[in-house]
Amino acid sequence: MSAIEQNAGAKERILARIRSAREAQESRRKIELQEIARHLDAHPRGPRLMIEDEAGMAGSMQARFLERARAMASTFEEVASMNQVPHAIAAYLIANGLPKEVVAWPEFSRLDWRAAEIDFASRPAAASDLIGVTGAFCAIAETGTLLLLSGSETPATTSMLPETHIAIVHADRSVATMEEACMLVRGAHQQLPRAVYFVSGPSRTADIEQTIVLGAHGPYRLHILLVGRASHS
Amino acid sequence: MQALAGVDFEKLRDAAAEIRDRVLRNLDLYLEHFERTATNAGACVHWAETSADVNRIVLDIARQHGVRRVIKSKSMVSEECALNDALEAAGLAVVESDLGEYILQLAHEPPSHIVAPVMHKSKDEISDLFARIHQTPRKTAIPELCREAREIMRPHFVAADMGISGANFMIAETGSTLIVTNEGNGRLTTTLPRVHVAISGVEKVVATLEDAATLVRLLPRSATGQSITNYVTINTGTRHVGDHDGPRHFHIILVDAGRANLLGGELQSMLRCIRCGACMNHCPVYQNVGGHAYGWVYPGPMGSVLTPAFVGLENAGDLPNASTFCGECAVVCPVKIPLPDLMRKLREQQVERGLRAKRERVALTVWLALARRPRLYALIAALSAHTLSRLAGKTKLLHWLPFGSGWTKGRDMPAPAGRTFRALYRMREQKKSNVGD
Repeated sequence: MSAIEQNAGAKERILARIRSAREAQESRRKIELQEIARHLDAHPRGPRLMIEDEAGMAGSMQARFLERARAMASTFEEVASMNQVPHAIAAYLIANGLPKEVVAWPEFSRLDWRAAEIDFASRPAAASDLIGVTGAFCAIAETGTLLLLSGSETPATTSMLPETHIAIVHADRSVATMEEACMLVRGAHQQLPRAVYFVSGPSRTADIEQTIVLGAHGPYRLHILLVGRASHS
Repeated sequence: MQALAGVDFEKLRDAAAEIRDRVLRNLDLYLEHFERTATNAGACVHWAETSADVNRIVLDIARQHGVRRVIKSKSMVSEECALNDALEAAGLAVVESDLGEYILQLAHEPPSHIVAPVMHKSKDEISDLFARIHQTPRKTAIPELCREAREIMRPHFVAADMGISGANFMIAETGSTLIVTNEGNGRLTTTLPRVHVAISGVEKVVATLEDAATLVRLLPRSATGQSITNYVTINTGTRHVGDHDGPRHFHIILVDAGRANLLGGELQSMLRCIRCGACMNHCPVYQNVGGHAYGWVYPGPMGSVLTPAFVGLENAGDLPNASTFCGECAVVCPVKIPLPDLMRKLREQQVERGLRAKRERVALTVWLALARRPRLYALIAALSAHTLSRLAGKTKLLHWLPFGSGWTKGRDMPAPAGRTFRALYRMREQKKSNVGD
């Protein structure tokens, strides 16, 4: 008999211990359950940043996103349209002395990579790939964060394994906070995707003598291309 | 503080404490809800009453899936269980992937801090350790050391059959586990291996994604001063049809191991704890003695409450007494745990259960009798101060104390100045009135 089978009564015993300590009587169970259902249904938001209040102008969301992304050690560039993406990436790779060889999400296959002299492969990244190009579900202004969802068209390893992660995000996908991002995910998916990845800057560690080093197990660099910002001056 | 710009910290703390209390008030119902949603999403939920049960369940899962190689991201609950030892004893290869935990695994040492586990080691020690164990030329720059660890560990990530993680929170609404990391090891651990096991205390449930978001806004600020960790990962169920990555099996182990016993008692608020480490970062005692002196997994003020609660007050009686009650831990706690009050309650319990030394009880009885007789108290205090000061001589240090040889065995006692505070105060007042004349 396995340990898991032997353990069959554990749940009941743990719950019994919890119930015996509970202030609420068993007769209140129904009321409590209704209360819980109400809270889950309403899922109210807690205290959070109000960006509209901070500066009541259009484009402040994107400005805040870029400012915070920079603070998290991401680099960024704004481009007017998707067509400019391959050239912008080529310029970035050259400027940083990186190879012009990328693995990317399939949605970017239709772009003209050959014109930018980039060796493009549409497949999930392997451990040996150096540059991964992904999109993003949305951008969160409060913390300069990108939200990536797992899925058949959005392989997760592309943002994790390569030393350089380049993320392409549309300006109109900017939201203020994590709470707004959660609402967007709820709207797009009945059930949460297997993984929701909030990504803010390149990976880092401060485990040795509390000295911050960029590039731990994830990318050393995160470069963000913000596409089609309306009030771009 | 830059990390707090734009959001009121006090409002956040109040909201966070209520988010934790809301679940603790009905923990059984929230756990049952979580089990339902997690199971519906494709996870397999296990319940562990003790830390030994955790190890047995993990080993069973490993056998069930034919696992040989395990990669771990940081989990304090697994430290409670000494899980690595159990896995290794069963012939499994285990690699800790958090850089700090990896260094400790190589050095065979326990963590000294819950967020920065290898704080007690210098760069030079780590250089020596890596050169010796990795058999590579000795590196001296910190970025070089980090790259070496990354490159040594990458094949382990790719080859691992099982990833073991903790869970900073479990979300009842969606049946998800949430982890925060900076290194990115948590993402790899929960994405690459075909089996993912998440181990978490039963108290770590929160109701909704929004509640989790509020806590995520607070946790990194209190832990490392960041506005957010580099990665926050929410895992729900297993690999979907058509996915190229993600585990095919997702097991969640809900661990009691002493937690349920805190519900409804004087220490219930301790279950709010989100393991940020702020209390130890601000604790003068922790700063002086370091994490290992606390003797078990959790150091600092939170450890001084949790350890006696989990391993028995009779086995950790010194911890609640190792506090100056300066109160800083309660001031910085993001979920408003009244840590000094809880330590005081544990002290009371020690006295009530007769767990304090007889000599201490006698001493306090004598002191109480004297304190009620101010003149006698002043006389005895003056005599002792005078005698001890004479006894110490020029060094002003006492190598031996009457009734206190145990205390002076390992250290010297600074001698009193020779006169009592009351005598000095009286002299000062007299001088003042003389000047006034």
